[in-house]
Amino acid sequence: MRSHSQRLTAVLAGVAVLALAGCSSAQSGESDQTTLKVVYLIEGDASPLDAVMQQAKAEYEEANPEVTVDLQPLKSSADDYFTKLALMNRSEATAPDVIYEDSFQVKSDAAAGYLAPLDDRLAAWEDWGQFVDAAKAAGEGVDGNIYAVSLGTDTQGLWYNKDVFEAAGIPLPFEPESWDDLLDAAEKIKANVPDVYPWEIYAGIQLAEAGTMRGFQTFLSGTDDSLFNEETGKWVVNSQGFEDTLELISTVYGEGYSPEASIALDPALTQTVWGTWLPEGKVGMVVDGSWLPSGWADTGATPFPEWTEKIGWAAIPTQDGGGAGTTSMSGGWTVAMGSKTKHPDEAFDFITTLLSEQNALKFAVEGTQIAVRDDVAAEPDYTGANPTVPFFTDQVDVTHFRPATPDYPQISQQIAIATEAVVNGTSPADAAKAYDQAVIGIVGEDNTESGR
Amino acid sequence: MTTTLPSASGAAAVRQPRTRVRSLIRAIPLAPAIILMLVFLLGPIVWALYGSLTNTALSGPNAANPQFVGLDNYRQLFTSPTFPLSVVLTLIFVVASAVVGQNGLGLGAALLLRRASKPVRLIVGLVFVGAWVLPEVVAAFAAYAFFHNTGTLNALLAGIGITGPNWLYTYPMVAVILANIWRGSTFSMLVYSAALNEIPDEIKESASIDGAGGFAMFRLITLPMIRRAMAANLLLTTLLTMSVFALIYIMTAGGPGFDSTTLPLLAYQEAFKFSRVGYGTTVAVVLLAIGAVFSVIYVRLLKPEVDI
Repeated sequence: MRSHSQRLTAVLAGVAVLALAGCSSAQSGESDQTTLKVVYLIEGDASPLDAVMQQAKAEYEEANPEVTVDLQPLKSSADDYFTKLALMNRSEATAPDVIYEDSFQVKSDAAAGYLAPLDDRLAAWEDWGQFVDAAKAAGEGVDGNIYAVSLGTDTQGLWYNKDVFEAAGIPLPFEPESWDDLLDAAEKIKANVPDVYPWEIYAGIQLAEAGTMRGFQTFLSGTDDSLFNEETGKWVVNSQGFEDTLELISTVYGEGYSPEASIALDPALTQTVWGTWLPEGKVGMVVDGSWLPSGWADTGATPFPEWTEKIGWAAIPTQDGGGAGTTSMSGGWTVAMGSKTKHPDEAFDFITTLLSEQNALKFAVEGTQIAVRDDVAAEPDYTGANPTVPFFTDQVDVTHFRPATPDYPQISQQIAIATEAVVNGTSPADAAKAYDQAVIGIVGEDNTESGR
Repeated sequence: MTTTLPSASGAAAVRQPRTRVRSLIRAIPLAPAIILMLVFLLGPIVWALYGSLTNTALSGPNAANPQFVGLDNYRQLFTSPTFPLSVVLTLIFVVASAVVGQNGLGLGAALLLRRASKPVRLIVGLVFVGAWVLPEVVAAFAAYAFFHNTGTLNALLAGIGITGPNWLYTYPMVAVILANIWRGSTFSMLVYSAALNEIPDEIKESASIDGAGGFAMFRLITLPMIRRAMAANLLLTTLLTMSVFALIYIMTAGGPGFDSTTLPLLAYQEAFKFSRVGYGTTVAVVLLAIGAVFSVIYVRLLKPEVDI
């Protein structure tokens, strides 16, 4: 017995020594070769971004043979990507040199000290003048420094299946002028076309930004209220618009226009909707991003060559047709430099290669992005890439952005909780009240104001 | 008699320091293990206690400069509406799937298997151990496929003309509890089988000569004799079940809403989904405290025979 436990102790001690040796050997092994770690997100099977990254890597390595670009695509949902990225950024050993960053995370991550300011380097970059002002602002931190460079932006529109609408007797092209028009159309589809979900609104905790931005905030932006008062810098609680938007979602789910909650809350739902249901006419209409055609292209995740005939697109109406009459939401992705990088010069060089006119054009066309460089926007290859480009570019005039504060990602989660609650049958008033309390808990009562 | 006493006590007095030194020397080989335990078990606990008193976040200003916020996280947690729900769900999950389900089924199977013929024992043993050897992720996906709306269970029910509900959505707790019983009963069965084999045949024989029937034998002989194993098993399954994460996360992700969000899922969600690491750590500390309470209760309840 005793010899057994002694042996065990010896084994444990041996393991400890090996573990320590492992730690030290991982840190050695330096060479002349500089390695740049580039981390980005791949959602789904085909990724236009991956193609552009590969091309930029090839170009950059050819011009700089002493640098190896280590591309590290993370295959995950966007939501998990933020978590993985934040965890990587916390330690010098794992922090990336170049980061593909969602624009709504820039302020938060810059405040966390994960990103390096780029102002001086950008000022010296001749192409910087080509970027439109809104794109420059997308990379701004709370302190006014630029932390990220925009890759492209997007707007939202109402996508609909023309066959479904014709079968329901709705005249085409569909041009709704208020939420009531949308509800009428949904009712007609429900009455006339069996086995179709008339109107999908993304919602719920698992869908994350798809639910809070594309599902909730596009409609909220069509009310008289907003999430965040840009002038006073305060979060709006107790707002009629917030409750009305939840009411709309509640109606859409309550009437069975959207699939039942057990299906609607599936994290993979967005891909099912645009990849399968919309092409096959299983869903009537859905608010989704201008990038959908990239998924339907021959190189996309679910090729759908007939989409230009089968699918229609319309502007999203405001609640009662007031204001500009239509509305949209914009996001987009950026490229940033990690603050813990040991090779800032090479990292920035790689960013400029990645965002060169040629590569930006390739990404804008293949990823169906709205170009943020003037020279790319003027390219015939871009303007003629697909028939939706002029429409979605026009939506920029009425578009809205998510609140540009470091608190937004946390508050977005609270919106997701509120939408999931109404989908599961909670009353919109109660869900709105719970949201208000949660927001006050996050930012403090002093940083909120009443919407009524 | 009297003359031997002083010399005996004198010898003891001489021996005592020597034994102390010897036991110190004997403890040296234990030192690496103790140090490892301190560093890798106590260390994280102390760190978690500290973390739960800060507002550390994954992103935003609190990621760069986390502040010490005292008991704010605890105050917020105890007043939040999700916390009591989560505690209740955790208790339901532990009691139903570990204390009742795994222990009951494990003991029952072990008892029945002793009387079974060899081929039956072999087949049942294989089936039980099958669930145990599956890695947790695989077992969770299997359970997900079984309980899914269009999964095996509803296909079987449809075969006999019943339209099954959407288990994972309508009865999420039932689904995860059944899955955890399926997965964990093997462990209890193995522990109880071993314990039952330890009961000497003579005792059972003399009990039956005294006229003890099946139930009396179980209550008066079997149960007292496997008490130690039972205490150890209850403690282990309770603690293991309380920290089950992957099974629930894969099957329901804590949903719908918060309807299957046990404390480990709440901690994960707060820390890594909502990026409030400090607050998530607070949930973890509370989970730790509940585990400690369970341990103390078991150890106390089954005294004095029990020494785990």
